[in-house]
Amino acid sequence: MSNELIDFVIVSVALLAIGIYGLSVKRNFIRMLFAVEIVINAANLNLVAFARYLPHSGGQTFALFSIAIAAAEVAVGLALIIIAYRMYKNVDVADFRSLKG
Amino acid sequence: MVDAMFLGIAVLTIVSAIAALEMRSLVYSGIALMGMLGGVAGFFILLDSPFVALFQVAVYVGSIAVLILFTIMLVKRELIFHKKEDSRRRYAGIGLMLTIMISMGALIFDSGLSSITTDEPAVDYRLIGEDFLIYYWPALVAMALVLSGAITGAMVLARRQDEVKDEQRTD
Repeated sequence: MSNELIDFVIVSVALLAIGIYGLSVKRNFIRMLFAVEIVINAANLNLVAFARYLPHSGGQTFALFSIAIAAAEVAVGLALIIIAYRMYKNVDVADFRSLKG
Repeated sequence: MVDAMFLGIAVLTIVSAIAALEMRSLVYSGIALMGMLGGVAGFFILLDSPFVALFQVAVYVGSIAVLILFTIMLVKRELIFHKKEDSRRRYAGIGLMLTIMISMGALIFDSGLSSITTDEPAVDYRLIGEDFLIYYWPALVAMALVLSGAITGAMVLARRQDEVKDEQRTD
């Protein structure tokens, strides 16, 4: 392989930073879900890259687990978006105040 | 030294990730997110992990992105194009992003990762099946239960409450 492990790790760090930027700046619930997806994909990329360079099958196994759990998380997240939109007629997280103390 | 394919996929992935967060329309953002997920699948193929790439395309690009696009279509049109952001918060976010990139990048370059390459053959994907069914089968069963619970929970959450009231009214 001509690529080194560090190349993949750098891309993964860039994706993680973009995801954290999205989580901290965006107020739209759907865009925050996009940011979470980006962070999860950065983690998966790291797992598979280390699995390739060790080489060991464990990283790929955990990446598959992670993808499946992310699917469940998105399903619940989208259901929450639908119910919040129905209640508040908005997808801005600043307006979701019913649990605010 | 990186090859051209890696560079192309890296540019596609990172530009799509930024576009997914920054485009004005949520529909185009969803499509950009699909590009990002496809780019990550490309990385998996470069890393000789075709099984994970297949799973990524089937689950993320195939189902999650479509589910997100359908949810966006259910949201009112003006909210799709609506972008309300505090500019100070935005600059703080960009600062946080650059801080994470620079500090973690410096940490990674300083570590021993920069010299790691491999000429060994890729892991056989049959080993992943063995991992799943021999070592991690309780986790596999738990994951199946979590998935079915999450899907059921999502359906219960998204169900319209007023339908029940209508039925009660007719009674």
